[in-house]
Amino acid sequence: MKVTIVNYGLSNLLSVQHAFAHLGAETLTTGDAQDILRADALVLPGVGAFRDGMAGLARLGLVEPLRQKAQSGTPLLGICLGMQMLFDESEEFGHYAGLGLIPGRVVRLPDTAADGTPQRVPHVNWDPLLPAGGRTDFSGTPLALLRPGEECYFIHSYEAKPANDADRLADTPYGGRPVCAAAMRGSVLGCQFHPEKSGTVGLRILQQFLQMR
Amino acid sequence: MKKLRLIARLDVKDENLVKGIQLEGLRKLGNPNDFAKRYYEQGIDELLYIDIVASLYNRNNLSDIVRKTVDEVFIPVCVGGGLRSVEDVRAILAAGADKVAINTAAIKRPALITEVAEAFGSQCMVLSIQAKRSRTWPGRWEAYYDNGRAHSGYDVVEWAKRGAALGAGEILLTSVDCEGLQSGMDLELIRAVTDAVSVPVICGGGVGCGDDIADAANAGADAVACAAVLHYNKESVAELKDDLRADGVEVRCV
Repeated sequence: MKVTIVNYGLSNLLSVQHAFAHLGAETLTTGDAQDILRADALVLPGVGAFRDGMAGLARLGLVEPLRQKAQSGTPLLGICLGMQMLFDESEEFGHYAGLGLIPGRVVRLPDTAADGTPQRVPHVNWDPLLPAGGRTDFSGTPLALLRPGEECYFIHSYEAKPANDADRLADTPYGGRPVCAAAMRGSVLGCQFHPEKSGTVGLRILQQFLQMR
Repeated sequence: MKKLRLIARLDVKDENLVKGIQLEGLRKLGNPNDFAKRYYEQGIDELLYIDIVASLYNRNNLSDIVRKTVDEVFIPVCVGGGLRSVEDVRAILAAGADKVAINTAAIKRPALITEVAEAFGSQCMVLSIQAKRSRTWPGRWEAYYDNGRAHSGYDVVEWAKRGAALGAGEILLTSVDCEGLQSGMDLELIRAVTDAVSVPVICGGGVGCGDDIADAANAGADAVACAAVLHYNKESVAELKDDLRADGVEVRCV
């Protein structure tokens, strides 16, 4: 299967390309709306600020094509900022609308832990993925090849808050609170961590994503 | 106890992995890609490449090495040495780096920290600080640059706070006094900086065994960068992590 990687001018795309190439998948990196509309599977990578990410998508005319593809059931994987942009809106530097594919909002990580002690922001670490949204394991999901508790690499200052608990696929504990690590709705999957930077655990997630239909 | 990240620091000169003592007397150790791959397979959490002569020649030579690394190593890679502008950062990110560590150019022009953070996000901008105990200010440290050769007049703790306020998402704190000696880290320095900032602090300089890393974790380090202890095969990544677990420090399982 060919994976279409959305290039909107912000990201480190090479790592995502390499990871899929390692799994034997062909990739196309593009910022062209027609390419997006023809895609079998889409990856929306991302680092940086929400506002700049959405502005990049809007400038290239990719907002509607991405919505259209996701709604018609094409697998779409958002990574880090790309995951956050799947939601309705973010409070990063004001209020900005996202793609609205998963109901919910994106808010800043609190600067204190649940016990009131100061905590580091950004959250930078390898942390465990724990089943969420009423699940006890990851069977039947894109995380099916993982045992609960396997660790992935996170680096972020904002977190997504899905409106529906059922859309939460995995949580990770940070500062004594659960943070949404992965969200899923229909064919749309968002990972707050970087699967392309999470060693063999991350590669197994990408491998399973390639099986999504 | 929070979870500690273990980072392999690879200092590069020309095409070789090198290691010195207190940033002097460099020894060539081999092909950096071979070391990077070995540490990845052993379960290192992150890689840090520094082109240690770059700031003297105003260029960073690591693009080819980074490109080769990210072809087969799927963990975060931070790159530093001689990066002076948003364009320099863009080029090394395009080669596959996830973040950049900047020291000299940030001391010369602190606004660069904000420019890089705004262009690529704070998570990309690591402020590298080479700290040396000051003779003139007892109990304090001064920030050095040009690979430990030049002193800035900046107090390390104040500079770390200012760097975080300007947009640095992490601090890479290296003790020049302890660097390469493998006889323990400067715990007072680690305590002073980690108490002063709210961003994660990667501490380096002086790791000789797992207990040294555990001491740093207990002093407040969020991550520890190791070089000689790994490069000279004194301990493997797995052995260091076993030592850390035995000392009660949580680390990633592989």
